[in-house]
Amino acid sequence: MAIARPALATSALRRRAVQRDRLIAVLMLVPSILAIAVFVYGFIAYTAYVSMSNYTTARIDLSFVGLDHYVRLFGERRFQENIRNLIVFTLFFLAVCLVFGLALALMVDAHVKGESVFRAIYLFPMAISFIVTGVAWRWLFTPGDLEPTGINLLFEMVGLGFLKARWIADTSVWPNLEVPWLKVRLMVPMAIIPVVVAAVWQMSGFAMAMFLAGLRGIPEEIKEAARVDGCSEWQMLRHIILPMLRPVTLSAIVVLTHVSLKTFDLIMTMTGGGPGNKTELPSLYMYELRFSQFNTAQAAAVAMILLILVSLLTVPYLVYNRRAQSVEQ
Amino acid sequence: MSVSAPSLPQTHHHGKPLSHRIGRLLLYAVMIALAAWFLLPVYLLLITAFKDFSEVSLSRMWDLPTRFSLESFDRAWNGGQGTTGMRGSFVNSVLLVVPATVISCLLGSMNGYVLSKWKFRGSETLFTLILFGMFIPYQSILVPLVMVLSSIGLYATLPGLILTHVVYGIPITTLIFRNYYANVPSELVEAGQIDGAGFFDIYRRILLPLSAPGFVVVAIWQFTSIWNEFLFGLIITNDPRLRPVTVALQNMSGSQFTQWNVQMAGALIVAVPTLLVYIFLGRYFLRGLLAGSLKG
Repeated sequence: MAIARPALATSALRRRAVQRDRLIAVLMLVPSILAIAVFVYGFIAYTAYVSMSNYTTARIDLSFVGLDHYVRLFGERRFQENIRNLIVFTLFFLAVCLVFGLALALMVDAHVKGESVFRAIYLFPMAISFIVTGVAWRWLFTPGDLEPTGINLLFEMVGLGFLKARWIADTSVWPNLEVPWLKVRLMVPMAIIPVVVAAVWQMSGFAMAMFLAGLRGIPEEIKEAARVDGCSEWQMLRHIILPMLRPVTLSAIVVLTHVSLKTFDLIMTMTGGGPGNKTELPSLYMYELRFSQFNTAQAAAVAMILLILVSLLTVPYLVYNRRAQSVEQ
Repeated sequence: MSVSAPSLPQTHHHGKPLSHRIGRLLLYAVMIALAAWFLLPVYLLLITAFKDFSEVSLSRMWDLPTRFSLESFDRAWNGGQGTTGMRGSFVNSVLLVVPATVISCLLGSMNGYVLSKWKFRGSETLFTLILFGMFIPYQSILVPLVMVLSSIGLYATLPGLILTHVVYGIPITTLIFRNYYANVPSELVEAGQIDGAGFFDIYRRILLPLSAPGFVVVAIWQFTSIWNEFLFGLIITNDPRLRPVTVALQNMSGSQFTQWNVQMAGALIVAVPTLLVYIFLGRYFLRGLLAGSLKG
C-alpha cells in the first residue's frame, strides 16, 4: 500500500501528459483540416455561389441571378449533347471494364504459367498518363481519308477489311432517335466508341486488380468443398465466386463510374470533344466556357452539375464505408 | 501444369482428359491475344518513334523501321522547325513532382498517425469529410482556385502548382497512411506511453521505423499521379515556360507543325519515368491503387 501513493501521483502526471499529447495530436491535424476546409468545401461553396451570379463576362459581377444558368443549360442543345455523351460513355465504359476486368482476373487466377507477366501487362496502362494514351489511340483510330491508316490499315492487312470504320471522325448518332422535347438526337454517338476502347484499355487492369484481390480473399476450403460436392466450374462461378465478389464489385463500380464522370484528359487529347461535340463531356464544356468564352457563371453551373452527379454516387459510398468500419471496431 | 494446380494433386498431366488440355490451350491463346492488344499501342509508339523522318508515312505506319534512328526523339526533346522541345517541361515536372511528393508523404504520415492512434470525438467523421476531397471533379474548384492563387501571388508559378497537388493529395495520402498505421498494434503505442514517451517520441521511435513500406506506397502513388496529371498543370501554368510534360505533350499533339512520329517520341518520353517505377516497384504501385478504393 505504501507504494500506491507515488504510483497514483505518477499516474496523475501521466494523465496530464497524455492530455497534452491529445491536444498536440489535434493541433497537428489543423493545417490539413484548414486546407481541406478552404480548398474543398470553401471553394465548392464559392463555385455554387458563382453559378447563381451574373459573372458571365471577363468583368467580375457577383450579383445574384438565381438558377437562370441551370435553366439555360438544360435547354441548350450543346449541354444536352454533353449529358447524352456522358451517359453513353459511362454505361459502355463501366459495363466493358467490369466484364473484361472480371474475365482477366479469372484467367490470371487460373493457375497459369507466367501469371505475374500477364498481370503486369494487363495492368501497365494504369501507370501512364491519359495524355499518352490519348496520343497513341488517336493515331490508331484516325481512319485516313484517301487510304486507310491506323487500325483500319491493320484490319486490311490481316484480311479483316470489313471492320473498317470512320472511328473518331464518325459524326453519326445511332439510331438517331428524335424526341420532341429534346434538342438532341438520342442514343450512341459513334465517335464515342473508340474513346471507350482507349479508356477501357487504360482502366480495365484496375478492375482486374480489384477482382483479383477479391478472388484471393475467397478461402480455398470453400471452393474445395464445392468441388467435392460435384459443383461444376460454371456453377461455382455463378453461385459461390460471384456472390462473394459483391463488395469488391461495388467498390469497383463506384471508383470506375466516378472516374468516367470526371474524364477530361483523354478526350482533350483524343478528339478535343469533336467531331461536332459528339464526344464532348461536361468537364470539357466547363473548361471551354471558363477559359475560352470567359462565361464563368455558366462554367460554374456545369461544374456544379458534375459535382452533384459525382456526389450522388460517392457520398452514399463514403457513408456506407464509414458505417461498415465502425461496426468492425 | 499439374504442378501449378495444387487443388488437383491426384491427377497427372497425361491423366487429364483431352478436353481439359484443349481448354488450357484455349485459355493461353486468349490470354496471349489480350496481352498483344494491351501492347499494341506501345508497339506502334516504339516502331514510329525510332523511324527516321524519311520513313514516316501514315500509309506504312505498321512497317518496321529499316534502320534505327533517334531523330524523332531529338526533335521531341530539343525542338526545332516549329516544335517546342520537351526538355524544359521535363525539368519542370521533376521540380514539381519531387517536392510535392515529399511534402505529401510527410503530411499524410502525420495525419494517418493522428487519425489511427489518437482518435478523438468526431475524428472518424472528420476523416470521412477529408476523404470526400479525393472524389470531387476538380472543375468544381477551378474558378476559386485560380482567384485565390492569383491573390496570393502563386498563380502561374511552380510553387502554386506544388501547393495545389499537395492539398488535393491530402485525402489519399491520409487514407493510405491511416490504414497502414491501423495495422500497427495499439499496444505498442500504449507501452510507449507507459514508458513516458510523448506524442512525437512515439511517432519517431515506434511508428516511423515501421513506416518504410507505407512511405514507398504513398511516394509512388503521388509521384505517378502528379507526373501524369493534366488539368491543374494546364490551368495553373499558363506560362509556356512552366508547363509540365503532360501539358507539353498535349500541345505538341495539337500542333500542325509537329509530325506524328515526333508526337509518338514525346509520348514515350512522358511515359518512361512512371513506367520505370511500375516495372521496378509494381507491387507497391498496386497497393496504392487498391488503397484508393477505400478498403485498406
